[in-house]
Amino acid sequence: MEWETVIGLEVHAQLATKSKIFSGSSTAFGSEPNTQASALDLAMPGTLPVPNEQAYRYAIMFGLAIDADIAKTSVFERKNYFYPDLPKAYQTTQLEKPIVGAGHVEIELADGTKKSIRIHHAHLEEDAGKSLHEDFHGMSGIDLNRAGTPLVEIVSEPDIRNAEEAVAFAKKLHSIVTSLGICDGEMSQGSMRFDVNISVRRPGEEFGTRTETKNLNSFRFMEDCIALEVERQIDLIEDGGKVVQETRLYNGDTKQARSMRSKEEANDYRYFPCPDLLPVVLDNDYIESIRQTLPELPDARHDRFMEQYGLSSYDANILSGDANMAQFFETAAKASGDTKLTANWIMGELSARLNAEDQSIKHSPVNAEQLAGMITRLVDGTISSKMAKQVFEAMWNGDGNADEIIEAKGLKQVSDSGAIEAMVDEVIANSDKQVDNYRNADESKRPKMLGYFVGQIMKASKGQANPQQVNEILLKKLNDLI
Amino acid sequence: MTIERTDIEKLAELARIELNEATIAETTQSIADVLALVDQLQAADTEGVEPMAHPTDAVQRLRADEVTETNHREAFQAIAPATEAGLYLVPKVID
Repeated sequence: MEWETVIGLEVHAQLATKSKIFSGSSTAFGSEPNTQASALDLAMPGTLPVPNEQAYRYAIMFGLAIDADIAKTSVFERKNYFYPDLPKAYQTTQLEKPIVGAGHVEIELADGTKKSIRIHHAHLEEDAGKSLHEDFHGMSGIDLNRAGTPLVEIVSEPDIRNAEEAVAFAKKLHSIVTSLGICDGEMSQGSMRFDVNISVRRPGEEFGTRTETKNLNSFRFMEDCIALEVERQIDLIEDGGKVVQETRLYNGDTKQARSMRSKEEANDYRYFPCPDLLPVVLDNDYIESIRQTLPELPDARHDRFMEQYGLSSYDANILSGDANMAQFFETAAKASGDTKLTANWIMGELSARLNAEDQSIKHSPVNAEQLAGMITRLVDGTISSKMAKQVFEAMWNGDGNADEIIEAKGLKQVSDSGAIEAMVDEVIANSDKQVDNYRNADESKRPKMLGYFVGQIMKASKGQANPQQVNEILLKKLNDLI
Repeated sequence: MTIERTDIEKLAELARIELNEATIAETTQSIADVLALVDQLQAADTEGVEPMAHPTDAVQRLRADEVTETNHREAFQAIAPATEAGLYLVPKVID
């Protein structure tokens, strides 16, 4: 019998503010442990939080981008639980009156289907610190640099039906927050983290019991984890068991998941309005002034890419999705002057290399200008596609710009027809047997026999002859012999 | 609203507070007394009154996004029970 999967996502995005949500500590990533943890971040007595306006502004930008209502009055609450990386023993968050109300996000699937995913709400909250469980004489180490980093938590409705939709939705959110410039989107640094709520049911029936898998920080892990959990739940039910509501942890490296805690022993968070913080009241003019600052959003950019660069919807989706990718493409396309070739190189070779090394385009070893420089030489015939791969490889390894590499490696393609003719003549003169075979062969068999000659000519030119010219000249000369 | 001994035990556990037998009975009684006062308040007609998030009728001030804090790790860690490599050490916790 058929099963239907029901998925809802909770997405944490770190906001790209310079300072924390309630203190003036820096939010810079990668500093020495606890050097960015102030008295307030450490929950010292006598400290009082003051909210960061920029965090509010960023959350509102997100709300406007997903067509949501922005709350004129929003309230911070305390979510109480004990964990050493949360020194106050409560997280300051929003529950009853979050800053961003209901909205929606459109996704497009590989087959071109479009779907709208509803957002229940999005709220502001503070991030916790980090616990390091390596062995410190049987103790855990706590780094509170991250404690108090502003987060926007985006909560979807259970509108997602499979892993493909979940990943498309997650990528779309990534695209929106990076396009808005409110989050750097660096998943490997934990700038965006996804909690996935999964249940299964017979189509048309009530929702099944759900489990929540927390803190996924890669799209690939999300896809794998959903497949694994759906299979686990179906097997469990078909074997006569029951799904238990619980939190699960997924390990992307071992592709295994385990239960973290079941709901029975789960925390009762005892939310209540934070007495240290007053309600934040905003007026229409303020919200409208933020609307005026919204940059181009992914959907608009997608349509513009199709129109302006003649890209297919699918290609435009890939190139416009990530704000950094879009910028890379536009810079490279303008500099090289060949949009199609630029698009192909970015979606092909460059993306493949970035994926293989789990690197974001922002940190690509080959920048947009360098790629454009290589494509320019490809277009003007200086190098062949095969040579371009070598040039790309060298640029990736930091050997310099295309022109420097072409010069240093002597990769210039020979396009001088006189020189190519001489090489063709020589190869034909030294290949009596093959020429005879060619002459006597059936016309339909001849094209296949060209390979030998082309190979010899390319060898004679040390791979530098322009292949297109070689083909043309060779064909003409051989046919003259018939 | 009534409060049972089991409620107090659960709250104590959530708050990581250890209560002995005598204190459990005493606390149950005190909280029951407070809740009795709340019951009286519940009798007030609040129809059409917006719930307040804060007793003062004031609005939160926001601050500009500027880094104003500097590193005082040495001073903070001087009063911590255990530190190593810049980290605060705590009894091992793994979910």
